[in-house]
Amino acid sequence: MANQRRDAAIVGIHEYPLRVAPGRSAMQIKVESIKAALEDAGLKWSDVDAIYDTNDGEGGGGLGMAAYLGLSPTVIDTTAVGGSSYEFQAAHAFRDIAAGKANVAILSYGSTAASSRRAIGTGGATGVGLPNWQNNMEDPYGMITVGNYALVARRHMHEYGTTTRDLAEISIATRLHATRNPEAVKAMSDLQFVGTGEITVEDVLESRMIADPLHLLECCMQSDGGGAVVIASADVARGTRKPPAWILGTGEATKYRQNGGDITTSAGAQSGPAAFAEAQVRPDEIDIAMIYDSFTITVAVCLEDLGFCKKGEIKDFVKDQRLRFDSPLKPTLNTDGGGLSSNHPGMRGIFLLLESVRQLRGESTSQVADARLAVAHGNGGALGGSHSGGTVILARD
Amino acid sequence: MPSRPQPRFPEPHTEPFWAAVKEGRLTYQQCTDCQTVVFTPRLVCTSCGSDRLPYRDSSGEGSIYTFTVVRQNRNPVFAEMGAYVLAWVDLDEGFRMLSNIVGAADPTRDISVGQRVRVEFEPQESGDYPIPVFRPIA
Repeated sequence: MANQRRDAAIVGIHEYPLRVAPGRSAMQIKVESIKAALEDAGLKWSDVDAIYDTNDGEGGGGLGMAAYLGLSPTVIDTTAVGGSSYEFQAAHAFRDIAAGKANVAILSYGSTAASSRRAIGTGGATGVGLPNWQNNMEDPYGMITVGNYALVARRHMHEYGTTTRDLAEISIATRLHATRNPEAVKAMSDLQFVGTGEITVEDVLESRMIADPLHLLECCMQSDGGGAVVIASADVARGTRKPPAWILGTGEATKYRQNGGDITTSAGAQSGPAAFAEAQVRPDEIDIAMIYDSFTITVAVCLEDLGFCKKGEIKDFVKDQRLRFDSPLKPTLNTDGGGLSSNHPGMRGIFLLLESVRQLRGESTSQVADARLAVAHGNGGALGGSHSGGTVILARD
Repeated sequence: MPSRPQPRFPEPHTEPFWAAVKEGRLTYQQCTDCQTVVFTPRLVCTSCGSDRLPYRDSSGEGSIYTFTVVRQNRNPVFAEMGAYVLAWVDLDEGFRMLSNIVGAADPTRDISVGQRVRVEFEPQESGDYPIPVFRPIA
């Protein structure tokens, strides 16, 4: 792989440890995380010359963050495409650093979705903001986030014979990993999960139906939380405290409702192959798959679209508990406990990068032996409607 | 049944669609230049960019592409409605529309992918616009 790029790497990370953080604001979670991620990298405040931010409240964005932090970045980027924003931003930082426009980039996220009791999945807010070409066609029908994903799950089951038992394998593996992560265990406890231990197929089947065919144990939690990522040029990365996690390739794509379109295929079918081609690796070489688990169906569709198996074959792929960290087969899924069982404050994309890096450093609580290659794939927006897919492939030296 | 959220105006894209609904017509656009069917309403053709997109009347019949029975919605209107069927309906003219399927005694058993449905315009207790929903064709 002599031609693989080594232009930019993730050199600093921090995950805010709490999932219920009353009295903290989203901006405070972000800033604490940036500070800790820079310390993790061994870099100084003044080293930062590029800021990426979704502007998800509290006067952030590239401009607002620069003002708050007192920095004078040469690059700001306010890409906001939902939960995959951080994969898009990492892709942009990779490009900007490779082009010589920046040397040290920060991405950050903070949210108090749990403490402020925002209903992300089942809120169904209507009549908010100005009417537009989209909401005026949807508001009368009670579209909610979980319902949107359930539409995909139903169609997937119809076309390919996928069952809840198959999708439950995703919940089970993810929960196993959560039970090994003390922050995830505390999250489930603080958020008053009925149980915080391992779960079975029957547990998933018997959990409350939220929107057919999706059950409670197939839906992510709603937590507080956040984190930060530092991405640096090759020159900087050679001198940081921890081993660099090189960005080998990235892909970005959009998808939306189309007349006659196939909603069992996501934007990942475009972003995934682009990222693998740039990285010059194949899906079967990937050790760690950090896939956005808003719901089980999101993981199922995205694993197919990234090429880990063919479309419709997820039911066979997930067999024999292959997604567990101790399975001999690649890849291992969501070793931090995922959005299902560790952390989902609304936009989970940043955590996919964080746990990918922990695995490549050997720091995960469900460490996969000799993990060398990871893919972080975010899906933002709504899988059954307008959504974005962002893929980032990472490697250790 | 509680009234559903209404479309709100001014909103220039969707005004012609909802004006037709008020008259009991379900409409879509079709490109004069390349015949592509366009839905939801917009200014340009999604295939060729043409702005020649006249509205046409749909037969109002189609089939269910996919559906879900939503059990939990914190919006008070839908919470009061109880379990309701959310669906993408493929109309025979080739456009896909978000709507609700009504009239099933037990939506978890009586609704299926591919089922034939027909539009009806559900009157609302409050608000100017009836809402187009779909009912299985017996």
